[in-house]
Amino acid sequence: MTALDYLKDLDRSVFDSHNEQGYAKRAQKGLSEALVRRISADKKEPAWMLAYRLKSLEKWRELKLPTFGVDLSPIDFGNIIYYAAPDEMKGYATKWEDVPEDIKRTFERLGIPEAERKVLAGTGAQYDSVNAYHKLKEEWERVGVIFEDMDRALQKYPDLVKRYFMKLVPSHDHKFAALHGAVWSGGTFLYIPASVKVTAPLQAYFRMNARSMGQFEHTLIIVEEGAEGHYIEGCSAPKYGSTSLHAGSVEIFVKRGAKFRYSSVENWSQDTYNLNTKRALIDEDATMEWVGGNLGSGRTMLYPCSILKGRGSHANHLGVAFANTGQVQDTGARVIHLAPDTSSTVLAKSICKGGGRNVYRGLLQVNKGATGAKSQIRCDSLILDALSTSDTYPTMRVDEDDVSIGHEASTGKISEEQLFYLQSRGLSEDEALAMIVNGFIDPIVKELPLEYAVEMNRLIEMELNKPQRK
Amino acid sequence: MLLDIQNLFISAPDKEIVHGLSLEIKPGEVHAIMGPNGSGKSTLSATLMGHPKYKVTKGKVRFNGKDLLKMDPNERAGAGLFLAFQYPKEIPGVNMVSFLRASYNAVNKAQNKKFQAMPLYKFKKLLQEKMDLVGLGRAFMNRNTNEGFSGGEKKKAEVLQMALLEPRLAILDETDSGLDIDALRTICEAIRTLKKPGQGLLMITHYERMLKYLKPDRIHVMMDGKIVLSGGKELAAKLEKEGYDYVRKILSEKNPLKVLQ
Repeated sequence: MTALDYLKDLDRSVFDSHNEQGYAKRAQKGLSEALVRRISADKKEPAWMLAYRLKSLEKWRELKLPTFGVDLSPIDFGNIIYYAAPDEMKGYATKWEDVPEDIKRTFERLGIPEAERKVLAGTGAQYDSVNAYHKLKEEWERVGVIFEDMDRALQKYPDLVKRYFMKLVPSHDHKFAALHGAVWSGGTFLYIPASVKVTAPLQAYFRMNARSMGQFEHTLIIVEEGAEGHYIEGCSAPKYGSTSLHAGSVEIFVKRGAKFRYSSVENWSQDTYNLNTKRALIDEDATMEWVGGNLGSGRTMLYPCSILKGRGSHANHLGVAFANTGQVQDTGARVIHLAPDTSSTVLAKSICKGGGRNVYRGLLQVNKGATGAKSQIRCDSLILDALSTSDTYPTMRVDEDDVSIGHEASTGKISEEQLFYLQSRGLSEDEALAMIVNGFIDPIVKELPLEYAVEMNRLIEMELNKPQRK
Repeated sequence: MLLDIQNLFISAPDKEIVHGLSLEIKPGEVHAIMGPNGSGKSTLSATLMGHPKYKVTKGKVRFNGKDLLKMDPNERAGAGLFLAFQYPKEIPGVNMVSFLRASYNAVNKAQNKKFQAMPLYKFKKLLQEKMDLVGLGRAFMNRNTNEGFSGGEKKKAEVLQMALLEPRLAILDETDSGLDIDALRTICEAIRTLKKPGQGLLMITHYERMLKYLKPDRIHVMMDGKIVLSGGKELAAKLEKEGYDYVRKILSEKNPLKVLQ
C-alpha cells in the first residue's frame, strides 16, 4: 500500500480482521542481493532501476560509516527490516490496545480523534492528509502537475524519473545514500510544469508505524522554469518497535526563475537514527527555501543542502531542532555557491533539555568565480538546564574574494526573570516556559502553514512537559 | 484586610534585605512606600509577587484572608495580586495580544472555574479599549511583548495589564521612573480612572511627583529594610510640598532606629 492509496484502502485496513503473523513471519531482517532483487520484482521496476539498486548495494558494502556527527556504530544492519511487501503490509493490522502507551498518549495529546488513531495504528503504512490532497489533485492535474507516490511515478513516468532519480544524491555520496539507493521504497514524486504556480501547499502527511515501508522513502521534486510551489511533509507520528533507521532522500531541482519551498516537521521516536539526505539544485534566478523542524529521533544527522548553480539564485534555510533526554540532534544547513550574484540566508534555532545535545554543523562554500556571493548565517540556541549542551561547528570554505558573509551565533539560557514575569501574569511555570520557547522558535514556525505551525508548537510543548527520565 | 504583612524578614541569596516589616492595606486604600535606593522597596514588591530569588525567613503575609507565602506566583496573580514591574521583561517572538490573552484567560479561570477562555476577536476588542485608555497605540498589540518598547511604552504596557486583569491589589514598582512629565501624567490619570472602588494600590517610588496624582491614603518611608515613618494625608501633603527632602530632614533629625523603637 502506498501513501496515496490511503483513501482506497482505508476501509479494508480498518475493518479487515487483523493478521499479525502474515507480516511478522515473512518480513526479513538484514540486507542481501536477494532482498534487493525481490523489492525490484515486487514493484515491477524497469531493468535500469534494478541495476541501480544492485550497484548501490555494492557501494553500500564498500563505503564506511561517516566519521563525523553522531556515533553510528551501534546500528546493527543485520537486525533491520528493510522491506515488507505490500500484501504483507495489509495483513499487519495492529490493535489499538497494542500500541505502546507513550504513543497513545502522543496521539491523545495531539488531539487526534480515536477513530483516526485506530486507523493510524492499524494501517501500518503512510497516511497522508487525504482530503487536502485529493482536492488539490484534480485542481492541479489539469495544468500538468504530477503528484504521485514514487513507486507509481516510476511506473507511469519512467523517463522523467530516470532523468532525475538520484542524480543529486547519488548512491556513491555516502553510505546511507548507497543504502537508500538499494532499498528505497515509497515517497513522493512532484513535477510542476513551467510557469505553473501552485498556490496552495502540496501536503504529504506521513503517519507511519515502526515496520512501515517509509523508512527509505524517496522524494523527487522537479520545478520547471518559472514555476512555483510549496511541498510540506509531516512525519509527526512516532515510530516504535525494532526498526530504527530512517534513511530517506529528498532531491529537488529548481529550474530557472522558479521558486520552491520544502517544509517538513519530523518527529520520529527515540530509537530512530534519522539520517536523511536532502539536497536542492538551484538554477539561474531561482529560489529554494527550506523550513524544517526536527524532534523526537534519538540520533539525527540532517543537513539540507542547497547548490546555487545558476547566476542570481537564492537559498533560504530555516530550521528548528529540539534535543531532549537521550537525543542528539546533529543538524545544519549546507550551502554551496557556484555562480556569481548568488545569495543565501540560514537561520537555525535549537533547544535542548534534560541532557539533550544539539549540534549545528553547517557548511558554507563559495567557489572561485562566484563573485558577489552573499551569505548570512545565524544560529541561536536555547539551553533549558545545566544537563544539556549545544555546540556550533560552522565550516566555511571561501575561495572567492568578492563576497559578503556574515555569521552570528548566540547561546542563551531561559532567564528566571522572564519566567517570573510571565508567572506573575497568571501563567504556570510550564505555560511560561512553553511561551518563551514558542517565542524563540516563532521566526521559523510562522513560516509553516497554520495547521503545521499549531502542531509544531504542540510537539514542542509536549517535549517541554515530558517528565525527565532518570 | 486586603494585605496584612506582619514582621516580615526577607533574604536574597547573599544577605538579608528586609528586617521586620509590617504593613496593612484595607480594600480601596492607596498606599505609597518611599525610600532611597537599596532600602528594600523592590525586594518587598518582588517577594510579595513570589520571586524565587527571595526567601522569607520570618513573618506572615495574608492576602484577602489567605496565606500569600504558600502560593506560587501564578496563584497569587489568580488571587488578585498584580505587580507592575519596574523593568518589564521582553519576551521575543511572543506578541502582546497572545501573551495578554493567555494571561487574561489564566487569571479569570483562577477566579472563576466556569470561566470560558475569551475568543480572540472578543479579546482584541477588549484590549483595544484598554489600550486607548492608557494611551498605547493599537499597533502595539501585534508587537512582541515589551521588545523594543521605549521606557514609557513599557510602563504603559504594565498599566495596560493592570487594566485588563483588574486585580484586587496592584503594586506599582517605580512605575514613575524613566517617564517624562507628560507620560507620567497620562499614566497616573489612567491609573486613577481605572481604579475600582474596592481595589487597593501600593505604589513604590523614589519621588513625590506621583503622590500628587494618586493621592495616597497612607505613606510609608522605608530605609534599610524597614518602615521608619508612616503617616496619612498630612504626611502626604508635606511630602508633596516639600518633596523628598522632608523625609531626609526628619530622618536626619531622628535616629531611624529610635523611630521604630
